Amino acid sequence: MDEVFKALADASRRSLLDRLHAENGQTLNELCDGLAMTRQAVTKHLAILEAANLVSTVKRGREKLHYLNPLPIHRIGERWIRKFERGKLQALSDLKRKLESSDE
Amino acid sequence: MSKPQFVYVIYIRTTAQKLWDALIDPAMNQKYWFGAHQESDWKTGSSWKIVFPDGRVADAGEIMEVDPSKRLVIKWRNEFSPELKAEGYSRCTIEIEPADGAVKLTVTHVLDGDGTKFIEAISGGWPVILSNLKSLIETGDIAVVPIKK
Repeated sequence: MDEVFKALADASRRSLLDRLHAENGQTLNELCDGLAMTRQAVTKHLAILEAANLVSTVKRGREKLHYLNPLPIHRIGERWIRKFERGKLQALSDLKRKLESSDE
Repeated sequence: MSKPQFVYVIYIRTTAQKLWDALIDPAMNQKYWFGAHQESDWKTGSSWKIVFPDGRVADAGEIMEVDPSKRLVIKWRNEFSPELKAEGYSRCTIEIEPADGAVKLTVTHVLDGDGTKFIEAISGGWPVILSNLKSLIETGDIAVVPIKK
């Protein structure tokens, strides 16, 4: 799981995951749109995310669609969050989001 | 071809044959699928359903493609919630590929209609099911275990 943490330890890569979280199944062009990153940089970051299994892809015709794959993050959560803590953590997280209006 | 709503990928240290058996065996299903299991004879054109522990049918449909230990395509519709059922059929594709001493399991759903409720419901379930399946196959238990990757 080292590669998961390495992949997540970069603000640009987290912002790419945020973009996929907002809209899943985007092409490289769509992901680059409106970003202050070069196409080459986005391609490089996506390769790191894909190697860490945080991004999954499918080919559709000549296009490659990118998806947020939540499985590695889910496994990390399962490892350290006990079943009975989930409800309380959700309530705290909702409260934080409500009070701060943006949850970074 | 319409666009999949999600593409889930998990790597499991096992063989394609063992993973396939775990996917289609009702007794195995119950251990990682919230106690539910699937019923089908796993032939193209056969009926398929997911049955809750209390016997109610959760989802139902038809086997569209089957290539044992490699690929399974299911025509899939929710049955227990009128709201989700109204969104119609989805296509679930399950693929197994060898991956460097492990197998790569990919699950995608393509929805025929425009609804969002079914995908929302199902995307809450799959990560837990797939993660439980990985733990069960690799350790024989779905209890929380350290991830070695």
